[in-house]
Amino acid sequence: MHRHPPVSDSAPAAVVVEDLHKRFGELEVLKGVSVTAHEGDVITLIGSSGSGKSTLLRCINMLEIPDDGRVVIGGEAIALKKARSGASIPADARQVERIRTRLGMVFQSFNLWTHMTILQNVIEAPVHVLGVPKAEAIDRARMLLDKVGILAKADSYPVQLSGGQQQRAAIARALAMQPKVMLFDEPTSALDPELVGEVLRVIRQLADEGNTMILVTHEMGFAREVASKVVFLHQGRIEEEGSPDKVLTNPDSDRVRQFLSRHLSGAA
Amino acid sequence: MLELLSFGPNGWGGQLLMGTAMTVAVAVSAFAFGILVGSLGASAKLSHSMTLNVVADVYTTIVRGIPELLVIYLLFFGGSGVATAIASAFGYDGRIDLNAFTIGVLAVGLISGAYSTEVIRGAVQSVPFGQIEAARACGMSRWLILRRVLVPQTLRFALPGLGNVWQLTLKDTALVSVTALAELMRVTHLAAGATRQPFLFYSTAAVLYLMLTTVSTALFNRAEISANRGVRRA
Repeated sequence: MHRHPPVSDSAPAAVVVEDLHKRFGELEVLKGVSVTAHEGDVITLIGSSGSGKSTLLRCINMLEIPDDGRVVIGGEAIALKKARSGASIPADARQVERIRTRLGMVFQSFNLWTHMTILQNVIEAPVHVLGVPKAEAIDRARMLLDKVGILAKADSYPVQLSGGQQQRAAIARALAMQPKVMLFDEPTSALDPELVGEVLRVIRQLADEGNTMILVTHEMGFAREVASKVVFLHQGRIEEEGSPDKVLTNPDSDRVRQFLSRHLSGAA
Repeated sequence: MLELLSFGPNGWGGQLLMGTAMTVAVAVSAFAFGILVGSLGASAKLSHSMTLNVVADVYTTIVRGIPELLVIYLLFFGGSGVATAIASAFGYDGRIDLNAFTIGVLAVGLISGAYSTEVIRGAVQSVPFGQIEAARACGMSRWLILRRVLVPQTLRFALPGLGNVWQLTLKDTALVSVTALAELMRVTHLAAGATRQPFLFYSTAAVLYLMLTTVSTALFNRAEISANRGVRRA
């Protein structure tokens, strides 16, 4: 019912990842991955744990610095250079900070700032990073908290909220920056099963509104429902990608088929 | 006998009060200096620079590893010489004499700072890394993250430890009496000698110290409660 319409390849590219490599010490987690998200795309990254899907997502906003390859956000390539130690680092910290304001990130463990109320969490970056007047930021924050269904919790502290409420607050915090692209890193993996639905409902609404999103998830049913494209990662490479119907129903790869049989029956 | 404690012409009340004020002044200044040193020490210990790690380790090892009285003697007899040498390196020719108050604050502050270093380092490490990442992901600069997330959270974790350091610092000021600075311990000592009523004066001093520590502990508890807003108490 909610299935996302396929996005035309002629839409402008919001995120381009080219030949990304990332090593943690000896372990090569990404071995040359390329993905493009056009505006309006909802891309879900799936794969077993250790396949590199979270690392790929975290490379997009430079929480992990790729060793090789390019990340281009809204047409602007993030400049990287080699430090004397040989490690890859951003050439210009300011550029990374500026680009991050256009990318909303939602973490598995919410990561709300525990010393601030929910409202303070939501207005923090708009006020202090973007310089939005406080009154305006508060108005917008209240609207967003209403949208995710926790306006009544605006003056509570994170610890007073359930996991599902905290994650919805974290989504509101990310939306408050009016990002061009939303990144979700396993947003429901830390939640009790009965709280997963309320968070997925919010994410689905964002997808329906045409937001560009990249989502790492283990919820296969949800991936099928909201995705315009599914990317399956295996050991740091793309094993298969395509429409959700293709990849999740009739994949070419045996690995994908095995993965699906485990996840569709076992996890559901 | 209680006349000796009065504020009258034969009483020591006024001097005891002045001594208490001096004790508070030394303790507050030394604690503040110690927090400054402790913040620098913690940053050095947590930095990726080997040199800074070693410098901070040497500092805390030395100061915590020798008697506190000895730190005060070293500064008392060597402090002015070191200050003069530093000043002449910057082109100042005269001799610098540090007064007893400055030496007391520096000595007790360096001791306090060594303990604060460890407290602050532990507190910084207790801040959940995810909250720093969330701040980065919003495009916050390093300075902004420090000011808006790291320091307030660190303070929350550091307050109980810093409360202990404050109490140690307050009591360490008594050691400064060896430099003849007229703080509470020194005044008590003089009064005890002059009146031949040592027990009266030393027990009065004990009560005064106890009042200072009790009041300040209550203040720290209130600060902890306010810093722990939004945190479920264990």
